[in-house]
Amino acid sequence: MRIRALVLRIIKQFMNDKRTLAMILIAPMFILWLMSQVFHTDQYEPTIALVDVPEQVSILLKEEDVELLYYTYSDAEVVLSKREIDAILTWTSIGPEIMLEGSDPSANKSVLMIVQNIANEISPTSNSLQASITYLHGSEDMTAFDSFGPVLIGVFAFFFVFLTSGISFLRERTTGTLERLLATPVKRWELVIGYVIGFGIFSVIQAALIAWFSIQVLDMLMMGSIWFVLLVTLLLALTALTLGTLLSAFANNEFQMVQFIPLVIVPQVFLCGLFNLESMSEWLQWLSVLMPLSYGTDALREIMVRGSGWSEIAIDVYVLVGFSITIMITNIFVLKKYRKI
Amino acid sequence: MTESCIQIEQLTKKFNKKTILNEITLDIPCAKITGLLGPSGAGKTTLIKQIAGMDTSDQGHIYVLSKKMPSLDIIHRIGYMAQSDALYNELSAYDNLDFFAQLYGLKGKIKKQRIYEVIELVDLTADLRKKVSKYSGGMKRRLSLAIALVHQPEILLLDEPTVGIDPVLRQSIWSELEILSNQGTTIIVTTHVMDEAEKCHQLAMLRNGRIIAFDTPNKLLENTETKSIEEAFLYYGGVKA
Repeated sequence: MRIRALVLRIIKQFMNDKRTLAMILIAPMFILWLMSQVFHTDQYEPTIALVDVPEQVSILLKEEDVELLYYTYSDAEVVLSKREIDAILTWTSIGPEIMLEGSDPSANKSVLMIVQNIANEISPTSNSLQASITYLHGSEDMTAFDSFGPVLIGVFAFFFVFLTSGISFLRERTTGTLERLLATPVKRWELVIGYVIGFGIFSVIQAALIAWFSIQVLDMLMMGSIWFVLLVTLLLALTALTLGTLLSAFANNEFQMVQFIPLVIVPQVFLCGLFNLESMSEWLQWLSVLMPLSYGTDALREIMVRGSGWSEIAIDVYVLVGFSITIMITNIFVLKKYRKI
Repeated sequence: MTESCIQIEQLTKKFNKKTILNEITLDIPCAKITGLLGPSGAGKTTLIKQIAGMDTSDQGHIYVLSKKMPSLDIIHRIGYMAQSDALYNELSAYDNLDFFAQLYGLKGKIKKQRIYEVIELVDLTADLRKKVSKYSGGMKRRLSLAIALVHQPEILLLDEPTVGIDPVLRQSIWSELEILSNQGTTIIVTTHVMDEAEKCHQLAMLRNGRIIAFDTPNKLLENTETKSIEEAFLYYGGVKA
């Protein structure tokens, strides 16, 4: 009953504040579109497994910007599916055969470029050394945006919900309505749950809009189930929502809330897979373990690029649910500052 | 004296080492209007919040209707009006009332009926559907009062309820408080306006976190042999008039 009252109130507030509503619903789509237009990637140093490659080729390869490993074909396939390497190179009498992992277009491109260089050096005159290329995931049509798109979906779903929920809970505090609420019989957990459901409703709409827009309008690569995309986007938004309301307790005004963006959002964006983590120092990789966004974007990429099902994203989903619940409980606890019971 | 509904015992509240409330002991009678009179900074709001169960104390206890605060059960029976208008500006007056009424468990016809009753009482019926952001200061005060009254509380805590309200309406609000107390509502009103203080049945004078006097306004005047509450306050404050 009281939760329902809170939820209805939040909905009414949103309906009367069209600009904020637009910010969580329209802004993510706009920015995703913008990113799809401008995206480009930098040079990347790939890791290639060599299987039965002539001496001459491996000597030439060592001069390129590439990390080389030697495997049997079956071992190489295993590490390729684990994404420890970017490609497997074999050499038959006809020419090079490349098996690409495929989910990162910039890696694909640099592998192909290197192999092309080698082939040209060995046989500069003719096109007889046509490489045969296969993909474990994705295809040659995949653009950089297809690969980073899932990450961006996660980032924007997270960012806008974090900001709106944080500021609106903060306002509850600065205008005295939080104190006023705690003079009513509402329980602290009811308040937190009410907020989660109220904002949750708009997060569902946001998640659905972002997913639809990315896949249908921006034509992003989509291998897996749309329901999984919705689930993960929603969970990310939920984590953002609880984190936003929690952190608002440590801000005294809207400006201080905005100051959390460089502290909380930006590091997560850098470490969530937008850039290749393997090239970063180890402590940074460890830091990403603590960040909710990394799990969400990892799951989104699994679903959209690799077409993974439940078993591959289950851990990410559990971790996200865990984050949300932990933050909610902390939130209920933090409200004790205002009323003991 | 009649039986007391609120007992405050040795209540002390410190904030950053500064003592806001200093060993306050007070028995507030049932079904009477008790005024808390004092300058700003005397601790009136802090004391009201303590009674409302919204704040923790460093020492001492408060019992409301024989239950130790804070208690959710008692909070249900208290109507509270904050000093600053804690309203949702994006919502209409009706939506604000509706929201708080629901928090107190009102629903359906009774809820609607109560909303119209209290809004009539504070003379805002014509502006019921207006957004609160378009309200004037006085209108917001009145809406806050309406919210405090909506669930027919047994205890009414009003923190500076009449600030910014025009004299005619102030008169009618006071006569309404009189009616409510006759019907059995225990009312506590803070004020720093001396002429309002005279309308209270009981008056507690608060200065620097201490109760310096507590009696009926007439007795206070008699005891100090003064003609106005203001003079009486000065007398108890240690400054002979």
